[in-house]
Amino acid sequence: MTPLFDVHRDLGATFTDFAGRRMPLRYQGELAEHHAVRRAAGLFDLSHMGELEVTGADAGRFLDHALVGRLSTLPVGRARYTMLCHDTGGVLDDLVVYRLAERRYLVVANAANTTVVHVMLREHADGFGVDVRDASADWALIAVQGPAAAAMLDPGPLPYYGIRAFAVAGRDVLLARTGYTGEDGFEVYCRPADAVAVWRSLLDRGPTPAGLACRDTLRLEAGMALYGHELSVRVTPLQAGLERVVAFDKRDFVGAAALRRQRATGGFATLVGLVTGTRRAPRAGYPVLAEGTTVGAVTSGALSPTLGHPVAMAYVAAGWSAPGTRLTVDVRGTGVDAHVVTLPFYSSQR
Amino acid sequence: MIPEDLRYTAEHEWLAPADAGVFKVGITDFAQEALGDIVFVQLPEVGAKVQAGDSFGEVESTKSVSEIYAPVSGEVVAVNSALDGAAEVINADPYGAGWLVELKADDPAAVDALLDAAAYQELTTNS
Repeated sequence: MTPLFDVHRDLGATFTDFAGRRMPLRYQGELAEHHAVRRAAGLFDLSHMGELEVTGADAGRFLDHALVGRLSTLPVGRARYTMLCHDTGGVLDDLVVYRLAERRYLVVANAANTTVVHVMLREHADGFGVDVRDASADWALIAVQGPAAAAMLDPGPLPYYGIRAFAVAGRDVLLARTGYTGEDGFEVYCRPADAVAVWRSLLDRGPTPAGLACRDTLRLEAGMALYGHELSVRVTPLQAGLERVVAFDKRDFVGAAALRRQRATGGFATLVGLVTGTRRAPRAGYPVLAEGTTVGAVTSGALSPTLGHPVAMAYVAAGWSAPGTRLTVDVRGTGVDAHVVTLPFYSSQR
Repeated sequence: MIPEDLRYTAEHEWLAPADAGVFKVGITDFAQEALGDIVFVQLPEVGAKVQAGDSFGEVESTKSVSEIYAPVSGEVVAVNSALDGAAEVINADPYGAGWLVELKADDPAAVDALLDAAAYQELTTNS
């Protein structure tokens, strides 16, 4: 249960079960909430996210081994988007890792994957001077996202993907300039006991309470992958178009051999953006066809509230991923014309 | 919000008598709430013959798609063209301006077999 359940209920939220927690899906309506984030700011409860703390003298070296990115050179007070992969190169979770101190990292995992990440990190920790602890119960997470967020938080100098100690409503929090909406914005990590006071203080500054429904359309427009849709153990970071997060110059890391092999071989299906002309949106699982043959499948899709037309992400076979490629999506039995576009569909003017 | 004077289906549609043997059909407040913001609706053509239980249209929200099922067999005699490009009216006024079609029932008595407000209330409370 989120520590903010009563607050959401009093705001008239509709709830959804998310990784075993009742989380707000929407308050008044997801379209209005979506537009509020694009135009001003939205306030999100993300307390379902999993937090793991990695501490010890070898913490940086250990994360370089366990994850695909290079975390040992991450400066204190900075964050990096990275992934935990299986030996096969398949993605077990996508993560945001913050370096809180020289020997202390905060690893933020998707709610449903927290246990897997915890177990795998512990397994990979063998031989490293490091402690891996599931600290999810110690943290609530509240996000303020949108172009007006900085004025509401008045964070002082805090770069994109930076994190620092801060106070909200007199409570000690960690303030991070990260998010999952494609807008400038902040994520506030606080103690669960402080969550109500922090939420109220932030709400008083004017953001619109926003639920997980609009978070999904916001991240989709921003071309951001969602685990369980674009990411799974069946695809690699290379296939997801996220080769940039893999530090191939590291000597060795979990999944390196498989990822190097795939990079050398090529010819794999990749994630693309699709745009269609009708108002019927491609949805997850719908087949993608070229010349009458199935060449892929949609992973996420919706009518884009910002752009006014459907947008979708899909995996398509090699040879069909170039921007401008004409494809067909089977929308419940009807072939709908689509074409490949460069991701993201939307980027803010920050 | 479940108006007393309407009939309902287990698929969360409502019917209201409009004219002799003609019934206005829409989706319930419960249905629009569950769908979230509706962005697109696809309705049959006027003159289309529909069979009870068959899908004859779709209501699409940002999150999902739901089929609309014919509550009784009959002929579509009117469609709510005001929803074209303004599907959000279904959210705002599901029992009024957000109606979907008018059906001329092959057997108007078939409507009596549908759920009344009390039965529909019970259905939504238990679901």
